[in-house]
Amino acid sequence: MDFRLSEEHELFRRTVHEFADKEIAPNAIQADENSEFPWENIKQIAALGLMGVPYPEELGGSGGDTLMYAIAVEEINRACGTTGITLAAHTSLGTAPLYLFGTPEQKEKYMIPLAQGKMLGAFGLSETGAGSDAAGTRTTAVLEGNEWVINGAKNWITSGSIAGTVIFTAMTDKSLGARGVTNFLVEKGTPGFSCGKNEKKMGLRGSVTSQLFFDNCRLPKENILGQPNEGFKQFMQILDGGRISIGAMALGLAQGAYDIALRYSTERQQFGQPISNFQAIQFMLADMATQIEAARLLVYKSAWLKDQHQPFGKIAAMAKLFASEISEKVCRDAIQVLGGYGYVIENHVERMYRDTRLTTIGEGTSEIQRIVIARHLLKELGSR
Amino acid sequence: MDLTLTPEQEMIRQTAREFADKELLPTAAHYDESQEFPLDLWRKMGAMGFMGLVIPEEWGGAGADTLTYVLALEEIARGNPALSTVMSVNNSLTCYGLWKFGTETQKEKYLVSLANGKKLGGYALSEPDSGSDAVKMKMTAERRGDNYYLNGSKMFITNGQSGHIYLVFAISDKSAGSSGISCFIVEKGMPGFKVGKKLDKLGMRASDTTELIFEDCEVPAENVLGQEGEGFKLAMQLLDGGRIGIAAQALGIAQAAYEFAFKYANERQQFGKPIYDFQAIQFMVADMATRIEASRLLVHQAASLRDEGLPCGKEASMAKLFASETAMWVATKAVQIFGGYGYIKEYPVERYFRDAKVTEIYEGTSEIQRMVIAKHLLRGLKK
Repeated sequence: MDFRLSEEHELFRRTVHEFADKEIAPNAIQADENSEFPWENIKQIAALGLMGVPYPEELGGSGGDTLMYAIAVEEINRACGTTGITLAAHTSLGTAPLYLFGTPEQKEKYMIPLAQGKMLGAFGLSETGAGSDAAGTRTTAVLEGNEWVINGAKNWITSGSIAGTVIFTAMTDKSLGARGVTNFLVEKGTPGFSCGKNEKKMGLRGSVTSQLFFDNCRLPKENILGQPNEGFKQFMQILDGGRISIGAMALGLAQGAYDIALRYSTERQQFGQPISNFQAIQFMLADMATQIEAARLLVYKSAWLKDQHQPFGKIAAMAKLFASEISEKVCRDAIQVLGGYGYVIENHVERMYRDTRLTTIGEGTSEIQRIVIARHLLKELGSR
Repeated sequence: MDLTLTPEQEMIRQTAREFADKELLPTAAHYDESQEFPLDLWRKMGAMGFMGLVIPEEWGGAGADTLTYVLALEEIARGNPALSTVMSVNNSLTCYGLWKFGTETQKEKYLVSLANGKKLGGYALSEPDSGSDAVKMKMTAERRGDNYYLNGSKMFITNGQSGHIYLVFAISDKSAGSSGISCFIVEKGMPGFKVGKKLDKLGMRASDTTELIFEDCEVPAENVLGQEGEGFKLAMQLLDGGRIGIAAQALGIAQAAYEFAFKYANERQQFGKPIYDFQAIQFMVADMATRIEASRLLVHQAASLRDEGLPCGKEASMAKLFASETAMWVATKAVQIFGGYGYIKEYPVERYFRDAKVTEIYEGTSEIQRMVIAKHLLRGLKK
């Protein structure tokens, strides 16, 4: 058993880390304060081939593995949550469905430019009445001749209004409840497809979070992903992979906040000594580092399992749950270590705290993760 | 990165698991109640090579790696935590200390029989007035001719009664601070060496924990382990292995408590359904499993690094801190899930709750672990 990263992975991490420190971190405050989408960051990330890390080169990606992808997400988020979530949603939610379920034509037409970072991808699952409960999907899709007619609305869609493609769920057979849902693809600019407001958020403020509207939007018959009523199974699989990325995101944010707190504690003097001399601070830092270490191992294990083509759903849910919840505590404590300085935007930690707050919610709330984990445990126990 | 076990590692884990299921679980309550040392079970563990797992075969051990050791220790702890304390002290402290610092003669005389389980070892560092602050020990060792004469007492010594061979720390040079501490190999039967009272404990009750009393205890000079004055350095070098061992023990306790609680939650019906159907219980179990998984990864990482010969001090401390606090938390929740039944001795979880507590205390309290980790973090920053 060996937990160390390979030389290749370690080199990759160093590269992304340095890039993020140099090019991404300096814009983080501005992107957040002005709710400005970080186009320049995304362009540079695309130029480095990081918009399709886990996808094969022949499909526009960089041919890396899930572990590499998790590292990329971690390092980008460490510098800027806004950029980080955009990257994670684009790769795990916007592109993955095509990789997993797309026809060769769909991969050619959409996946390649997505993985190359030529356009952003988005995934529309949530609605006003359907968050954790996919059975509440009200968006409908009706086949009329050679076209699917879509009617409905989506909420909370990361990069929704700026994405080149949005893959979304619509109800094709209401009698089947959650299992009567199908995944479709809509291109930006399609008549009948429009976007609503960009939400004003607590954190990740530069990332775009859109409402989407479908008003008798007509899509070619080919714009279905797989077969009708396969949507639920598909997005369960998509979310499993997405969990690894949100775990990595939370990890990166926690690491960023902790790094700042650690350094600050050695520089800030009170009562004639660095505050890192005081046990209260030392113990806080020790706990932060230990929690981060545990979270990292869970996230990396889930990525490793996926790369080994072994079942990874339980560990991915555990990783997402654990990493997001410790991230919130770590960022909160980082503010505490910085004291008053932690409360002002110049010192980053308050932004990381606001940014990480989403990670216990998006892509499966902590409550859903616990349900998922509990279900896996029950399955392992055998029937009651 | 590779998280697979080798067939050998898998086999030893399976062997330990079967032994725990068959022999340890059914009798653990009895030994806890009677505070009797499980002599037969200890002998069986010795015969299986569990008492000297990481010691090379040429010295009576099983020649296994640290990862194998933690896999086996977790299973033994799951079955009977007190026996895992016995196993851990013998392996990580007495045997490892002798193997790393002993002369050939000392190894032949003492290590072989400890590693093959014929004799049982102990480790006497703590005193009534010095636990975390080990350097402030009071026990002295005075050289007179061919012998040292040890005077003082040690406290909280595992295997105090049932053990045969001890590594005992004493001040041989009062003027030299921590460099004045030496380590001695002391055998039962050496004149002036007495076992003090057996302590009546909250948990780990089948493992005897005693005072040791030294009244001009005569120890031959060739029984110094390492060099005179090197005792403290020696003790520090045993810490990593000891911490990894306790972390594995805590992991086993947590795993057992969780398994019992999970099974119970699916059997116990209230309000017309198994209590596992209620989110409060489901979520508790999910959190237990998640924290145990995180603990396991930390323990295995520390063990793997050690097997690679890499520095693992920070990781060992993190594993010990996290796994022990997880064990206490999981065991507490397990009692909660059992409700009233969790509070009575007929059901096993109250014992795991009692046994778990000491893992947050011995071989470096959680507070000490935090200090150690913080030191590593601050040192790492300077680079």
